[in-house]
Amino acid sequence: MTISPVLHIWLSISFVAALAVLGEVLIAAGMRQLGDLDDIRAVGGLSSAIIAVLTNARFVTGSLCMAANFFAMLYALSIANLSLAGPGIAALTYIGNAFAAKIYLHEKVDKRRWMATLFVAMGVFLLTR
Amino acid sequence: MKHALKPSQYAILIAIMLTASVGDSLLARGMAQMGPMDIHHLGRLLLHAPFNPFVAAGIVLLIGFFAAYTTALSWADLTFVMPATAFGYVVIALLGRFWLHEHLSATRCVGIALIVCAVGFVAGGPSRTEHPKLDRMDAGLGPL
Repeated sequence: MTISPVLHIWLSISFVAALAVLGEVLIAAGMRQLGDLDDIRAVGGLSSAIIAVLTNARFVTGSLCMAANFFAMLYALSIANLSLAGPGIAALTYIGNAFAAKIYLHEKVDKRRWMATLFVAMGVFLLTR
Repeated sequence: MKHALKPSQYAILIAIMLTASVGDSLLARGMAQMGPMDIHHLGRLLLHAPFNPFVAAGIVLLIGFFAAYTTALSWADLTFVMPATAFGYVVIALLGRFWLHEHLSATRCVGIALIVCAVGFVAGGPSRTEHPKLDRMDAGLGPL
């Protein structure tokens, strides 16, 4: 089965954005699980805060997703122009993050935050074109 | 939802905005100095790039960005921190305009205005959604 070049490009862009969303949500979930790092640092010093972060499974998995995102982005840039892939990935990532934060992190994404997300996605799209 | 941020937390958000944008700019400048490279010479890139002062400084700043970003996520929502990371694009555009004397088109000015508005929307609201039940389960303490 062959897919059209345009569909191939948009599937790649969507995959890169999905990896970024997954990575950022997992990192955010890990940091929420740990709690305020200032409190950990106040009790056990900077080294215990660093160890707590680096041994958190969600944080490590999220970081691996971000590494995979980097290589997927290289692939996307090899088949799509930077002027399309850059803004496309950034805008999709910001919107995807807002949905994922509401659904998986149970954040209270009110009207103000939805507006901010849309403005950021549009603003980044215009800036990076 | 938690409202007030401490001055040190505002400093972390400003660090997120500045380190990512300045780090990216330094990396771009360093890589431009090194000239074009192809994918078959990745080893040469990895061996030589970190010794370029601009690339080295860029890497240090991007490590600082990741540290500041993860710290912010430990006391703020992802949807609160996101506009702060986006503000880095504005800093890059302004650096390009006033430091590198690049042309800033009307489209980019509209983009800057939209991101500034987004930061304003979020900055005026609470930073964190509190979930006592979920936080207790995450900590392995069981439901209330």
